[in-house]
Amino acid sequence: MDYEKILADKAKTIKPSGIRKYFDLAADMEDCIALGVGEPDFKTPWVVRQAGIENLQRGRTCYTSNAGLKELREEICRYLFRRFGLAYKTEETLVTVGGSEAIDLCIRAVVDPGDEVLIPEPCFVCYAPITELAHGVAVPIPLKAENSFRLTAEQLKAAITPRTKLLILPFPSNPTGAVMHKKDLEALAEVLRETNILVLSDEIYAELTYTGEQHVSIAGLPGMRDRTVVVNGFSKAHAMTGWRLGYAAGPERIIGIMTKIHQFAIMCAPTTSQYAAVVALSSCDEQIEEMRDEYNVRRRFLVDRLNKLGLSCFAPEGAFYVFPSIQKTGLSSETFCERLLQEKGVAVVPGCAFGASGEGFVRISYAYSLDHLTEAMKRIEAFVHELEQNGHE
Amino acid sequence: MDKLLKLLNENARRSAEELGTLLAQSTGEIAAKIDEYVKKGVILGYKTVIDWDKAGSDRVKCIIDLKVTPQKGRGFDDIAEEIARMENVESVLLMSGGYDLSVVVTGKSFQDIALFVARQLSPMDGVLSTTTHFVLKTYKKDGVLFGMKDKDERGYASL
Repeated sequence: MDYEKILADKAKTIKPSGIRKYFDLAADMEDCIALGVGEPDFKTPWVVRQAGIENLQRGRTCYTSNAGLKELREEICRYLFRRFGLAYKTEETLVTVGGSEAIDLCIRAVVDPGDEVLIPEPCFVCYAPITELAHGVAVPIPLKAENSFRLTAEQLKAAITPRTKLLILPFPSNPTGAVMHKKDLEALAEVLRETNILVLSDEIYAELTYTGEQHVSIAGLPGMRDRTVVVNGFSKAHAMTGWRLGYAAGPERIIGIMTKIHQFAIMCAPTTSQYAAVVALSSCDEQIEEMRDEYNVRRRFLVDRLNKLGLSCFAPEGAFYVFPSIQKTGLSSETFCERLLQEKGVAVVPGCAFGASGEGFVRISYAYSLDHLTEAMKRIEAFVHELEQNGHE
Repeated sequence: MDKLLKLLNENARRSAEELGTLLAQSTGEIAAKIDEYVKKGVILGYKTVIDWDKAGSDRVKCIIDLKVTPQKGRGFDDIAEEIARMENVESVLLMSGGYDLSVVVTGKSFQDIALFVARQLSPMDGVLSTTTHFVLKTYKKDGVLFGMKDKDERGYASL
């Protein structure tokens, strides 16, 4: 059988994620220290796991309604208001299989063939492939280290064309750790209010900011609620990656279309996870705080050691990644990562896996214990020192 | 919990400089805080977690449940303090529940401990009964796993 004739051109031509390769290499190595994983090392808080178990014991094993459990959607509305001052009605929410599904639905709900989707890069790897599968055009906006990897109004303005339908706004950022402050968002809102462009605000790392300032959602700015779909979920802050649960909140008309796609493709998000998530939202603030404190300690450790090593590292304010520049080594980010893995057994991810503008940087995840990070930094330091010595010979 | 104490509790060998980095404080501030904790008796010492079985050392450990008669006005304090001063006693805890004091004792042999209980502990005034439990194996102590590795079960998802 000729599979090449069977497989769709679009699906075939989409580039695989650049992160996978390093995982595959690392998985085969003994004594390898991985710093690649983008998920918490913490276990889901016990009360949440218990809620899952109890609901299974009670035999709550059916589908929920397509859009999700009513209790959960109500809890989501309360949570969004309590934490970020966002006021949504339950009809304006949709429970999804992770934040990823919400992203997929939102893009598919709005993109017609040829429509342009603005994607600030470096960023999480899914936006461009999903856009292309919907026959849209992914338009990268390269963010700059000197702007602390924030999107500026000038960059946004310059990227808008009559075909622009959607702006992806993924902050706090994977992989850079950048955060958009209120004034940065206000500048973007100023540009967007005069357009007919929808914002997909991917706020999955919203709980993980470290400067003491609460995360600000663009949907909370005047006039922006009607032109924004907020995507959030339980994976990062609640350490619930394996439960596969996220949600979207936005204008009822758009959420309605997203729900239609969701009901055909997915039916509903996992029922056990939904019951557990009600507890996660209502009674886990303290655990989130503890995890955040722990991440913050690790963040300071890495930024300090990397800067001392001369791999200059802008201070990331959110998520759980640092994004140091490796330009002074003279290596491309792919070569740096390959050699670091082969010579020292440390796996980090090359910045270019997150878009061309990530070249010259690497992503280091600190979803690892301080001991693990300490050992990794020793090896990275040895690697860079050896590079320097060889360079001077 | 105080963040400084939490970090020291995890690893007492961290320098004031390192702790300063982790907590966004100066080395001087951290050193002063530690001094204060020592003065106040909050920090009482620094020890190493050792797997004595691996170290090849002959040691026997037991936990002894003690029932005692409290004294008027002093409760359990006098007898507990007297036991705490004994050399081979590792810890003494006042307990709720079926007995009063939990005493952890290490010795060179079973015989050693048996003699300690028979000659020193049981004859004390106020001791009503003792129940001695010998420790067979340590899996975890002071938050540290013994002979087990924490396994990273995270799958390799592309994100």
